[in-house]
Amino acid sequence: MTEAPRLEPHSTALPADELVELYRLMTKVRHLDTSAIAWQRQGILPGYAPMQGQEAAQVGSVRAMDTGRDFVFPTYREMGAALAAGVDMPEFMATHKATWNGGLYDATKYRFTPIQTVIAGSALHAVGWGHGQRLDAIREGRPETDLPTALIFLGDGASSQGDIHEAMNFAGIFKTPVVFFVQNNGWAISVPTEQQVAGGSVAARGAGYGIPAIKLDGNDVEAVVRGTRAAVEHARSGKGPAIVEAMTYRRGPHSTSDDPGRYRTLEDERRDAGADPIESLRDRLLADGTLDADAVTAIQAEAADFEEATRLAVQAQGPRPGAEMFEYVYQEQTEALKQQATQWREESEHV
Amino acid sequence: MSNLSATIEPTGHAAPASEDAMDTVTRTGSETLSMNKAINAALADVLAENPRALVLGEDVGQLGGVFRITDGLQKRFGAERVFDTPLAESGILGMSVGLAMAGYHPIPEVQFDGFTYPAINQIVTQMARMNFRTRGALPMPITLRIPSFGGIQSPELHSESLEYIFAHVAGLKVVSPSSPHQAYHLMRHAATRPDPVVFMEPKSRYWQKDTVDFDDPGTLEGSVVVRPGRHLTLVAWGGMVARCLQVAELAAEDGIDVEVLDLRWLKPIDAAGLAASVSKTRRAVVVHEAPRSAGLGAEVAQTITEACFGTLKAPVERVTGFDVPFPSGSLEAEYLPNIDRILYGIQRVLEYQRG
Ligand SMILES: Cc1ncc(C[n+]2csc(CCOP(=O)(O)OP(=O)(O)O)c2C)c(N)n1
Ligand SMILES: [Mg+2]
Repeated sequence: MTEAPRLEPHSTALPADELVELYRLMTKVRHLDTSAIAWQRQGILPGYAPMQGQEAAQVGSVRAMDTGRDFVFPTYREMGAALAAGVDMPEFMATHKATWNGGLYDATKYRFTPIQTVIAGSALHAVGWGHGQRLDAIREGRPETDLPTALIFLGDGASSQGDIHEAMNFAGIFKTPVVFFVQNNGWAISVPTEQQVAGGSVAARGAGYGIPAIKLDGNDVEAVVRGTRAAVEHARSGKGPAIVEAMTYRRGPHSTSDDPGRYRTLEDERRDAGADPIESLRDRLLADGTLDADAVTAIQAEAADFEEATRLAVQAQGPRPGAEMFEYVYQEQTEALKQQATQWREESEHV
Repeated sequence: MSNLSATIEPTGHAAPASEDAMDTVTRTGSETLSMNKAINAALADVLAENPRALVLGEDVGQLGGVFRITDGLQKRFGAERVFDTPLAESGILGMSVGLAMAGYHPIPEVQFDGFTYPAINQIVTQMARMNFRTRGALPMPITLRIPSFGGIQSPELHSESLEYIFAHVAGLKVVSPSSPHQAYHLMRHAATRPDPVVFMEPKSRYWQKDTVDFDDPGTLEGSVVVRPGRHLTLVAWGGMVARCLQVAELAAEDGIDVEVLDLRWLKPIDAAGLAASVSKTRRAVVVHEAPRSAGLGAEVAQTITEACFGTLKAPVERVTGFDVPFPSGSLEAEYLPNIDRILYGIQRVLEYQRG
């Protein structure tokens, strides 16, 4: 039996300029997230999955990756991760605009898989992709000590799915370069973590698989970056997968059609949410003199400009031509599909 | 770890493998092979030609698979390219999706048809949709091998005909060979496609020997007429093709000239091939092992009807499994379309009176 080594946070504290960059990104994410809820109310988006409260977890974890060669596997709530990975935001929002399921962005360009609506659906993909990185190294005669690494996001609810067990077990067996990044945000729609996670901790399950794990404060972006870096270093060096469980809180509703009043009170939210990840970072940077009030105002103004540009692009985004339904089913289109496309064109476009 | 390409060794029929990543395989002439050996040969050739082809599944490595379809492949190509996974079908298919994302061509095996059910989520919601979801950016060149259908008195859930699900799923292609020749060439074809193909192997035919012509694969798309006839078309696939050929011989004794059409591709189905055959014979019976209701036979019948309604002499008849769970081995012969039931089906079509 393999003992899982303990995973300690990366020893290097983050330099001031990296903390400022994290603050910039998180401010943009918060602004966009809040706005997207408003866009839904205004009829710009049919729906949206807010991520307020999870900015540190999402931005921090992606910043710990090498986005030039690693690959990120998001769920449907990873707008902050997408923004940190550089994904084109209007193309990301295309899934919420109901323009194209999964988003319009090129998954291979941003190394960010399409938005996944199936809970736990991507975990095994991350393991397969990571295994492919090992096979590449072997084929090319490179040592397996500097591997491109997969970052797979999952929630506390997702941890109940069988695919998560299969993914962790496969990754443990194959020593796959994968970081399982659990955002334990207290809720899976209306069901609290206590009714979801037997034993109380997803990270603790790592021991059973021989996978080192770290549980950290997901509202503290420095803790997230340093913890995830340690996990990535472990995975990248060929030692196998790692688990990060970021304890955070879903401050908003599950989605724009959810009513949290049916399962939790405002008092519950105030008590359980913990520190606001952005306000606490701002206070820290103001207190140690890294930023002054003017700099904070400038960063917020930049976020507002970004939101405006994104909104205009999302508003301008028209529907995709119906012909694309038929075009992307296969690489090699079938005769039946060609005929259906022709019939659709004749009967809907009257040509 | 060994270098992958260095583990490729030549075999008897294949041209010597070069040190290069790409090997061209030239089998020539013909050979008498059982279907399991024919698929094994095809897999060996695919692995030799494409350094990114991988074989994975339960017991496929050292053991060579419970049906020995992957026999010797791990020894020849190394444990990186032919490997055992933990015992989890969703894991095998989900991992295959990820390997495809990384640029590989996985050839996963699900050990028995009925154990594809635990992987349905990954097959339907992920493998079949990823090309669509990513607008072609992440294609899924995956060849899913499934020992399929009944006929060998196996335990529960070892005799399923999964085309009743997969032929309906947008994004999948489904093929089933009926002979060693078809099995060899269809596997080589399927395993070089850029889309996911479900390859349904009729396990009752694994041990039947026949000639494989390496020089002339014949057409690889669509259906094939395996016995020409004038009076009626029997449409079948997988293990039922051989049975329909037997039926055709018996019917010939009564002067009935039966054409047997091996549908082969169950998605997409060959509408033109069905129309060509039935517009000539003007009568059709479709035979399959799966339960009748909402089975692929209905799709075949409707496809024929749309093309041949004006000339059909009788409604297309279905001879199928019943709408019951595939029963225990001792009842298998009652459940599966047998020679008598197929002959009754033929008789109903021949005796049909309009109005
Ligand atoms: C397989 C599956 N079952 C159910 C759902 C419906 N659903 C969407 S989100 C969700 C809760 C997920 O909770 P968690 O994994 O904690 O992620 P979070 O929503 O908190 O980000 C459910 C039940 C789904 N999308 N997929
Ligand atoms: Mg949750």
